[in-house]
Amino acid sequence: MTDIKNEKDSMPGNRVSDSRFKRSWVKLKRNKAALIGGLLILMYVMIAILAPLIYRGNPSAPNLMKSLETPSIEYFLGTDELGRSIMGRIIYGSRISLLIAVGVVFVGFIIGIPLGLISGYYGGKIDFIIQRITDTLLAFPGFLLALALVAILGVGIKNTVISIGISMVPIYIRLVRGCVLSVREEVYVEAAKAVGTRDTMILIRHILPNVMVPITVQTTLGMGTAILFAAGLGFLGIGVQPPTPEWGAMLGSARSYIFHSPHVATFPGIAIFFSVLSFNLFGDGLRDALDPRFKL
Amino acid sequence: MNRQDKSLLSVRDLQTRFHTLDGIVNAVDGIDFDVYPGETLGLVGESGCGKSVTAFSILQLLRCPPAEIQGTVLFEGKNLLDLDKEAIREIRGSGISMIFQEPMTSLNPVLRIGEQIAEAIRTHKKIGRLESWRLAVEMLKTVQISSPGERSRQYPHKYSGGMRQRAMIAMALSCSPKLILADEPTTALDVTIQAQIMNLMQGLKKETNTAIVLITHDLGVIAEMASRVLVMYAGKIVEEAPIKKLFKDPRHPYTRGLLNSIPVIGRKAETGRRLQEIPGMVPSPLNMPQGCRFYPRCDKALDVCSSKEPPMQWLGENRRVSCWLETEGEQKKFTDKNKMSG
Amino acid sequence: MLFFMLRMLPGDPAQVLAGQMATPQEIQNIRSQLGLDKPIYQQYAIYMGNLMRLDLGRSARTQNPVFEEIWARLPNTMLLAVVAIGLACLFGIPAGIISAVRPYSWIDYTVTIIALFGISMPVFWLGLMLVVVFSVVLKWLPAGGTGGWQYVILPSITLASFVVAFIARMTRATMLETLSQDFTTTARSKGLTEKIVVIKHALRNALIPIITVVGLQFGMLLGGAVLTETVFAWPGIGRLIVDSILARDYAMIQGVILIFGLLYILVNLSVDIIYAFIDPRIRYD
Repeated sequence: MTDIKNEKDSMPGNRVSDSRFKRSWVKLKRNKAALIGGLLILMYVMIAILAPLIYRGNPSAPNLMKSLETPSIEYFLGTDELGRSIMGRIIYGSRISLLIAVGVVFVGFIIGIPLGLISGYYGGKIDFIIQRITDTLLAFPGFLLALALVAILGVGIKNTVISIGISMVPIYIRLVRGCVLSVREEVYVEAAKAVGTRDTMILIRHILPNVMVPITVQTTLGMGTAILFAAGLGFLGIGVQPPTPEWGAMLGSARSYIFHSPHVATFPGIAIFFSVLSFNLFGDGLRDALDPRFKL
Repeated sequence: MNRQDKSLLSVRDLQTRFHTLDGIVNAVDGIDFDVYPGETLGLVGESGCGKSVTAFSILQLLRCPPAEIQGTVLFEGKNLLDLDKEAIREIRGSGISMIFQEPMTSLNPVLRIGEQIAEAIRTHKKIGRLESWRLAVEMLKTVQISSPGERSRQYPHKYSGGMRQRAMIAMALSCSPKLILADEPTTALDVTIQAQIMNLMQGLKKETNTAIVLITHDLGVIAEMASRVLVMYAGKIVEEAPIKKLFKDPRHPYTRGLLNSIPVIGRKAETGRRLQEIPGMVPSPLNMPQGCRFYPRCDKALDVCSSKEPPMQWLGENRRVSCWLETEGEQKKFTDKNKMSG
Repeated sequence: MLFFMLRMLPGDPAQVLAGQMATPQEIQNIRSQLGLDKPIYQQYAIYMGNLMRLDLGRSARTQNPVFEEIWARLPNTMLLAVVAIGLACLFGIPAGIISAVRPYSWIDYTVTIIALFGISMPVFWLGLMLVVVFSVVLKWLPAGGTGGWQYVILPSITLASFVVAFIARMTRATMLETLSQDFTTTARSKGLTEKIVVIKHALRNALIPIITVVGLQFGMLLGGAVLTETVFAWPGIGRLIVDSILARDYAMIQGVILIFGLLYILVNLSVDIIYAFIDPRIRYD
């Protein structure tokens, strides 16, 4: 018993797009990996929001007496070179990373979506210009672009968000534009135009909903990428600056002590890993669930 | 049935199910038929009635799961459905081969046509590359492709639709199979090319005496090529007849409907309408009606049709129908009803 | 396209860099260094002129010509990159194929999970962890710097990690799609063995998009190189750019970015050419 030939359903279409959402939801729930991812994300967000309740004390306050201690009852994950509790810094770091991730996506949204919509919908010269710019930006691999932007703008959390955000913008533009191009030719858009609906209305009410689907997937995955990039910049010392507890920066400063106290480097990395993993898991699951081709 | 003794391929109670997210789809729901050596058997039906799935099931080209195939498919004394992977591989291409519907996508775009034919030959015969290519070029000549030597070294994108289908036929015939399953071989082609391909197939069949199961929804093609016809509807066989009898005296209301729906010049004068259609739609395989599957669309339906599936009635050699109207008792009732109201 | 990039490069960094961060004295120095006191057209012309002569200016940090510095380090990075891509393809492609041939089996799950881990893992952290395990605990491999082949192992594995995962996933996806296409069914109907169907028919088709992706991955590699080189103190251009940013060595930054861009374009071009060779549909027409 071997291989594939799909049975094409030529039945009368009693599957309306409403049930498409239901189907996607069912598919999503079945996907265990996605559920785990979703759960982790929730945990992550909870930790970030409830940080002050979980860890009392100032995560950035140095305590040189207790510098570089290995994990113990008092300090669950040990202390870093300035005697600060690593666990505390990780917990607070979750806020920073989450903030950056949200900020990055925000930038992508604000700039990318409108540009993509305009570019795709109106075409012509505007499209050409926007596409050229996008191509240029895309010519650089993501991290390098963010790196270059940081080189121009400077370090610090605000610039980190902007840099990474801008490096994600071209992706959003491309995505949105592609979607717009395919939806633009649909009959209901023409119908709306024929009735005299204003362009902005058309964009918002007809085109945007269709665009939301791939955008959601991209956003989820993008948040994971944002955290990775931010950590990367932090590690290199050109992202979030000390004493703010950012996981990447923590790894960066831990480098010097790695032979002596490897635990300082281990834990923040695990944190980064799990948070990015959770977004990737969930994003993948989302993508599979929303993909109409993916029948079981 | 002693039909089986003479038959090349004998299908009994073939059932093919698909397990999908929405439920179990019974694409083929218990069909029986035989194919005799050298004949062209037509398998007619609308899209979705299960005819293509039947062919795929015979050669086991379906992924199982989600597909599940049951029943008996006797070929050369063995039940194909019982064979292991290796054994079925040997049958494919050499005992039974298949031609597909879409010549555009059914050929591998990155391999030369000659290679695609030659590899089939090499799989079943122990000969070398050069020899197999030589035979491949021979095959291309047989299907009337000009400059076969040159053409064999080309890639599929250089071929037109008709040529690709010829190449597929060449592939299918390359190992001299006893039976070819042709799944809508002309549907994707222009009408003029269709005629060419059909002529080609007729000619080749005469030469090689290969049996063909011709699967199509096009009654015109059937009329040209088949000697015997099976009509399928919603996963079941509803009628079987020799070709002339089918067109002259269709017994099943569905067959009649199909024949009526062929546009005929002058019909408007006769019946007041240019096109006759069968009202309604094919039932969803997830939601088959009880009783006769054609009941909702039948204009001659009886009460019993809605609750019980009609048995298969043999009306003679190679002639059967599955319809309550044919069961004698019902027939009488029907004519009686007419007498009373008329 | 190249011109667009070049146009952007001298324009933006020059102005903005000088403006943002430094003291007025420094700004003035930078201005004269970059020749910003001259009008823009002249600047650009000078820049292009210098470019032709391969003069990218001088590094403010080391006082050596930028070009020399880059040239000295470029081979190192390339070495890492090539080894990394090699490793990635060697492990990634077969893994993807096996996954696709037996979807949802335990092999598939394992590969998928490992791949998922791979792309979620921060490159630099993996590097550090590898150093911890192999250099600190096991003391098998050196932790950084150049030398013999032992020095190449850890950095290239680290660099490859992300790419392997990506390639494996891509391969799996493309193979799955190819395996469900009509011609695969045709191939099976001829009675070909599964192995032949997968390799000769499916893989050959799938390789086309896969190679494109591999080319693109090169770009990601460059990004990862920056981080990896920092971890392993590898003297490549990745480290160079980081140091330059920290030191605000504008000329160097410009130069490196330019080189990065050029490299990337070169790789993409090569991929396009390779693509044309492999896909018979493009070859003749």
